[in-house]
Amino acid sequence: MSPPNESEPGWTGLVLTHLRKDLRIEWRSREAINSMLFFALLVVVLFSMAFDPTQDTSREIAGGVLCVATLFASVSALNQAWAREIRHQVLDALRMTPSGGAAMFLAKALANFLFVSVVQLILGPIFFIFYNLHPLGDSWLLALVIPLGTWALVSNGTFFAALSIRSRNRELLLPLILFPIFLPALLAMVLSVKTILTGDNSDPNLLWIKMLAGYDIIFTTVSLLLFDTVIEAE
Amino acid sequence: MKKLLFLLVFLGVAALMAWGFDQAMFIAPTEATMGNVQRIFYYHVPHGMLSYLFFSINFVASVLVLAWRRSNPAKALAADAWALAGAEVGVVFSSVVLITGPLWAKPVWGIWWTWDARLTTSLVLWLIYVSYLLVRRFAAGPEMQTLAAVLSVFGALDMPINYLANRLWRTQHPAPVIGGDADSGMAPPIATAFVWNIVAWAVWGLLVLAIRVYIERRQQTIDGAAAQAALAAD
Repeated sequence: MSPPNESEPGWTGLVLTHLRKDLRIEWRSREAINSMLFFALLVVVLFSMAFDPTQDTSREIAGGVLCVATLFASVSALNQAWAREIRHQVLDALRMTPSGGAAMFLAKALANFLFVSVVQLILGPIFFIFYNLHPLGDSWLLALVIPLGTWALVSNGTFFAALSIRSRNRELLLPLILFPIFLPALLAMVLSVKTILTGDNSDPNLLWIKMLAGYDIIFTTVSLLLFDTVIEAE
Repeated sequence: MKKLLFLLVFLGVAALMAWGFDQAMFIAPTEATMGNVQRIFYYHVPHGMLSYLFFSINFVASVLVLAWRRSNPAKALAADAWALAGAEVGVVFSSVVLITGPLWAKPVWGIWWTWDARLTTSLVLWLIYVSYLLVRRFAAGPEMQTLAAVLSVFGALDMPINYLANRLWRTQHPAPVIGGDADSGMAPPIATAFVWNIVAWAVWGLLVLAIRVYIERRQQTIDGAAAQAALAAD
């Protein structure tokens, strides 16, 4: 193995390069954020009409509605991001580099996480208005739970989108693989949000939040380790 | 000679299953609180335990596929047959668990289903391996085996969560009977019937697995020959 020289970027350098590229592309076209935002808004409105919840019920279901809205919205953006990379032969170029796969995955996951978080920040107040939400528990914990849950969704989603990108029915395959694996994180996130909003103190040791954090660590690690395998599958 | 051996094995398995049935339905004593409906226990629990066995076979075979796919493609192909068969038999056993469970629950608990930790994680486990089988159906080409193997690693991460679900949390589902707390365990005649049924269903599952591997290997040979012919024909 040759010693590293100054012109070769380190691993973090690679991540930052990919991240800057993704953010710049998104900033210029804003397609992912716009489509995600609109789709998520539609889901929130649909659920509001489908269930017409009272204020107490709203607190119970808000976590679930937010999570499902984020889920559906991000699936479309995930597929489209990798499709763009394939169109410009970026994945093929990547396979010729020593081990940039994991760096690219992390950068893409971070970029998607930022986009989805922006959508959630815009959607959050609208959400509170539509459902007349008034949190009764520690609402600062929401700033911990929602990013953890979103990271679980986005990191797994980015990984499985890359996995399914070369198959025939990639739009169908991504939700089919992603949703079952994401279910434990969905459960943890929804129950945490419910506990926070209803303030029922059913989880004093923050067990669900710890489980969510553990899930994030385990699945991100496995994704980083296996990403090169997926990219070089042929 | 081979056919004779197969016939003998099949008869042996059939005899064991008949003996297990006899034990479960007639010889084992009737349970005090639940009555005869408790006899589903001799199907529900062995299938649950054995589904872990077959999913583990799928996991080990998938790891071997990933390890051998470059260095020894022939062995990787064989491992892939075992991975597919393990997943299929595992899904069948897991389906039996999910069907016998509610059938037992309705008369005893009064509800078909509840979203407690053990039931939810069992459903998630089933969903993950069904999605594995769908990936194998939808993805095309030799890369499909690598992608499915990667998915199998994620599925294997869910097995410990499912197993520990009724040890870590209080669930609607009964607490562990084997290796549980001080007042768990089975009375000898029930334990005997239980062990006979585990053995019977295990040999049944392994027989079906062996047949499936055999068929898949034959199919791989046919596909390989067809591919060669297509290449040579031109």
